[in-house]
Formats: sequence, C-alpha cells, structure tokens
Amino acid sequence: MGCSVEDVTAAVRAAAEVVREYRDELVELDREIGDGDHGENLHRGFTAVLAKLDGGGFDGPASVLKVTATTLISTVGGAAGPLYGTAFLRAATALGDASEVDGQLAANALAAALEGVVARGKAAPGDKTMVDALTPAVTAAQSTVDSGVRAVLLAAADAAEEGAASTVPLVARKGRASYLGERSAGHLDPGARSTAVLLRALAEAARR
Amino acid sequence: MKKIINDPAAVVAEALRGMAAAHPDLLTVRTDPAAILRADAPVAGRVAVVSGGGSGHEPLHGGFVGPGMLHAACPGPVFTSPTPDQVQAAIEAVHGGAGVLLIVKNYTGDVLNFETAAEFALAEGIDVRTVLVDDDVAVKDSLYTAGRRGVGGTLLVEKIVGAAAERGADLDTCEQLALRVVAGTRSLGMALTACTVPHVGEPSFTLAEDEMEIGIGIHGEPGRERLPLEPADGIVRRLVDAITEDLPFAEGDRALLFTNSMGGTPQLELYLAHGIAERLLAERGITVERRLVGPYVTSLEMQGMSLTLCRLDDELIDLWDAPVHTAALRWGC
Repeated sequence: MGCSVEDVTAAVRAAAEVVREYRDELVELDREIGDGDHGENLHRGFTAVLAKLDGGGFDGPASVLKVTATTLISTVGGAAGPLYGTAFLRAATALGDASEVDGQLAANALAAALEGVVARGKAAPGDKTMVDALTPAVTAAQSTVDSGVRAVLLAAADAAEEGAASTVPLVARKGRASYLGERSAGHLDPGARSTAVLLRALAEAARR
Repeated sequence: MKKIINDPAAVVAEALRGMAAAHPDLLTVRTDPAAILRADAPVAGRVAVVSGGGSGHEPLHGGFVGPGMLHAACPGPVFTSPTPDQVQAAIEAVHGGAGVLLIVKNYTGDVLNFETAAEFALAEGIDVRTVLVDDDVAVKDSLYTAGRRGVGGTLLVEKIVGAAAERGADLDTCEQLALRVVAGTRSLGMALTACTVPHVGEPSFTLAEDEMEIGIGIHGEPGRERLPLEPADGIVRRLVDAITEDLPFAEGDRALLFTNSMGGTPQLELYLAHGIAERLLAERGITVERRLVGPYVTSLEMQGMSLTLCRLDDELIDLWDAPVHTAALRWGC
C-alpha cells in the first residue's frame, strides 16, 4: 500500500515546517559564499505553501506537489524559487494521475525533479550546487524502489546529506558563489544543504 | 543594526508606499505583485522597456521609471530577484503593442525568474526579448562561473534604450542597441565597508579598518580580492586599469564615465575620485565626453564606489542626451 493524497500532504507540510527551523542556518551558510537570502527566501515560500496546504481540495498526490511548485515559483524569488518550483512541478508530472505513491513512483518523481533542476539551472555534479545533493539522492532512491516510499526517501536523504557535505571543498562554478572563485572552497553549499534538509523531512514524515 | 525601519519583512512594501506618495504625477505603484509603472503606461505603439531585480540598489530600478527610460520596474525583496508572476504582470501592464524588452542584470536568480516570465508572456502572445547586462570585470566570464555580473552599466543600457524606445524604435532596433551598449561597457566596484540586509541583521562580510575589498558585487557579496587600504589615487588607478585593460579601451576612444557611490560614500569623496579617474583616462588618450556622478546603483549603505566606462559614438551620445524624466534622472525636459 502506497502513500495517499493525505500522506503526501502531511509529508510536504512537514518539509515546509522544517524550513523554519533551518532558516537561520541557511541564511548563515549563504552569507558566507552568497548574499544571505536563501534561508529567508525559502522560509517565505514554504510559509506560503503551508497556507495553500491548509486550503486543501487536492484530488491526488500530484496536485499537492503542483500547488507547492506554483506557490514556490511565485513567492521565493532568487535562483531557489524557479529551481525548487521546477523540481516540484516535474515531480508532480511524474506522479501523473496516480491516487497512491509507491517506492517506484517516488523514485521516478525524484529523478524527474533532478532533470528539471538541471534543465533550468544548467549545473552539473561538482559545480557546488543543489545538484550535488540531488544526484546521489536519485541514485540511492532508484536502488531501493521495492521497499516502500519511506525507505526510498530515507535512502535519498542519507545520500543527499553525504552529497551536500561533499560540496565543502568544492570551488563553485554556478550561482553567486562562483564569483568568489577559489574563496568559495571550504564552505557548505546552502542549496545542497536545503535539498538535504527537505528530503530528510519528507522521509521522516512518510508513513509507508 | 541601526536602520530607519519598522518590520524588516515590510521594508520594501513600506518604501514603495513612500515612493508612490513622493511621485504621484510620474509613477503608478502596484502592490501584490509589486511593480513601479510609468503613470502613462501603456504607451501605445512604443516598445516597453522593463527591468527589475532585488531591492537595495535604489534608485536602480524604480527611480529610472518614466518618459525616456523604463516603462516598468519590478522590485524584489532586498537583494532577491522578483518572481516570474510579478514580472509577467508588469509586462502585461506596460505592453503597448510594439513588444517588450527586458533588461536583466546577469545573476542566476534574475535570469531564471525573468526567463520564466518571458516564457509565460510569449505564451500570451506578447513579443518579449531579453538582454542580459554583464559589465563587471571582477568576474571572469568563463564556463567556470555564472558569467560576469550586471552592475553600474545597467543604468546606461536603461537610459540609452529607453530613449530609443521613446522615439519609436522597433523591438529589433532596441534589442540590438542594448546589446551594443552592453558590449561596449565595463565596470568595477570596491568597498570600504559591507552592508547590512534588514532581514539578516548583521553585515554581509567584515572588513578591518585598514582593509578594502576590490571587485565587490552589488548584493553585499564579497569580492575577489582583499587588500590593504590605499589612498584614493591608488584605488581609482586599480579600477581604471582593470576596466580599460578588459575591453580594452584604446587611445582615441570616446567614452561616458559613470562614477557611482555604493550608497554610503559621500559626494565629496565621489567627486574626488571622479577627478582622478578623468585625469587617468586623459593620460591614456581616452576622451570622456559624457559623465554621471552620484549614488545611482547602490548596495544599501555600503561605503565604496564603482566606475563604469562606456564606449560612445554620435548615436549613443544623442540618445544619452535625449530628454528623460524619472525620479532619479531628469534632464532635457
């Protein structure tokens, strides 16, 4: 048995709520190698997502992700708005009209999200971006598809955390941190960090 | 943090309210989504020139809305690009039937959000073109960065293209003109102090009393090089050298020199620096034919300056001199 529309709503709600806890950490990471707005922007966007989720009226898991996507695109700004918006939109498309999400569908949604982020942001692994967290997450998810949504997302979250940590020594080649050149090395990428935080929250909240 | 604000989250909205109150004859200020529009928009049969970006760079962009310059500006939160639906609403508000030119500073966030808005507007049947401004020589333009940033040169593109649009130039002409100004413009900035973003509450980086940062951007991001503080002669020479070597500007070139305060540097120091820059350019045989001195492309209260040099010809001079009536720039009318 997979995750119903209620389960998916609860998981997205948990992810949106966790952003508040990590707001200051993300601001601080972005202040070091960017311009310090990542935590604030995500907090504003996911607060708007929570309000939309309260409205309810979703006819399937895909519609929850689609509303999340359009809300993020219209409220976050910066690079993160279009990138996370695209990720949720592509994930929604991957779910199609399924009434329940299983492990395979969850892995497909993650893969579609990564494709969308790469298409929009044109970053490759090693550029010190959220792609460095999302790429290993997709690989890990695809190798655990038979074990349910929760296991798939937990594997993805573990891999995303490792991937985010791997950005520390990297020199940024995309986004605002790239202006720092060599001085961007030695810092955790804020986008990779927020990707790992969101995946962990989704995984912990997944009931099945 | 000491600022004349109420709620850090409401800074932009409250400032827009004040701007509307200050310029009722010139501007229409919309909220939700935020946009600063020419009071007479849409202007039928004219290309609409639209720009925008994060707030905190005032008077860029809202202060440049009005006859002879921008038709609309989309202000995002402080140092954060506006959202696609916001830009799309501005496009639809000022579209006068001759197409829309988006002038976008080359930052990942701005490019992604304006690109998405342009896609939506195209789907609505509006002819939209986008020109990226990337004049900052501090950033190497290579596969290994997000490309050069858009800084002070943005004002020149907005003024010159705005003048052409006002005279009735078509969208192709406006786009080509914008690309030509971008190609002939280079800038470099430096800071003595960082700035404090209201919702962050502390400076975006720290500089010691005897340090300066060369190659800063306009969002409080640090630059490429931290050096011991030098007298004005040394500082301005570094900026002039880097800019003239980059394009390169050569003996015999005619140019516009724009000496810009990052927000916290007083006019006294700015004129002092401008004088040095004029002398250094004259020594290189570069003729400064037009100039602009003041705080126009700022980074909140940052102390520091930038220089922008733009290669001129008779057509560009004519468009620069054309009448403009905005909150921050006004001449010829």
